[in-house]
Amino acid sequence: MTAVQTVLDVVAIAFLLVGSLMALAAGMGLVRFPDVISRLHAGTKPQVAGVLLITVGGAIRLVGTPVVWMLLLGGLLQLLTVPVSAHMISRIAYRRRHVRRDLLVVHEAGFLGLVGPDADDPPGDQPADAPRDQRDRG
Amino acid sequence: MSPGPLVGRRARQLPLIGWLVLIWVLLWGTWSWANVLSGLLVAVLVTRVLPLPGITEHARFRPLAVLAFLGDFLRDLAVSSAQVAWAALRAGGRVRSAVIVVELRTDSDLLLTVIAETLSLVPGSLVLDIDRTHRTMLVHVLPVETEDDVDRQRAEVLAVEELVVRAFGSAREIAALDEPRQPAPADPDGRTT
Repeated sequence: MTAVQTVLDVVAIAFLLVGSLMALAAGMGLVRFPDVISRLHAGTKPQVAGVLLITVGGAIRLVGTPVVWMLLLGGLLQLLTVPVSAHMISRIAYRRRHVRRDLLVVHEAGFLGLVGPDADDPPGDQPADAPRDQRDRG
Repeated sequence: MSPGPLVGRRARQLPLIGWLVLIWVLLWGTWSWANVLSGLLVAVLVTRVLPLPGITEHARFRPLAVLAFLGDFLRDLAVSSAQVAWAALRAGGRVRSAVIVVELRTDSDLLLTVIAETLSLVPGSLVLDIDRTHRTMLVHVLPVETEDDVDRQRAEVLAVEELVVRAFGSAREIAALDEPRQPAPADPDGRTT
């Protein structure tokens, strides 16, 4: 094994390891964060970074094979699609009050996209920060 | 329908067809004329059967500004990923966040789409909702401990907007970055369409 190959192997291993740690942290965030929207933060940033790092690590090991192009495509599509799905879920979660408002440092008012007869008391689930005995069963 | 817009529409679909052929070839993994031709067939079929609404504005492409945008994007992705990962490992159920309203200076559907996509990956923000009429975004930011963090996050959202506009916006849109914000259009009942 030449020196160049050894260096490339070490770099690839580093990428794969850091990427795996990112994916692990994303999984822990999904379990440990307090509400839907916070969990989506874990499901977007460390998750995408983890996939990209693992993609690059794999591409370094597999350079010269057709798989590299599929890895590239997979990474690119992650960047394009993950924000869209995260936005759609967080938008619905916010409108249906799945937000722990007691954990918000600032909750700014004045967003005109949500005005109307239901702005103050939107239809939806019980607030996520309601006392436990007032929440919906289920 | 007059033939003019139809021809224009077909010409505008060429990049999309090229992109679909590229994906097809990448998925097959090997370059061959059979792959390119079958990809072309599938791309034309897809754009015929499932037509997308036309994009009314043209995106510019400034290579240096795009490089600056990509560089900042990758750096921000690393930083915000590490931040959220650390918050997941350390703070767990006690992580604090904030919901803020950010007024943007851009008035272009295409640019707002790019900005919103970017904001969901960096820097610690997640777009909850967009009010197109008033050019405002409802943004959830995490992790946040103090009001200073909120101000910093708001500045970073506006910095992302500036990078995107400088990379893909028209000269008029870049000039709008420096103008004082115009008052929002009068909207007595507050409803958006």
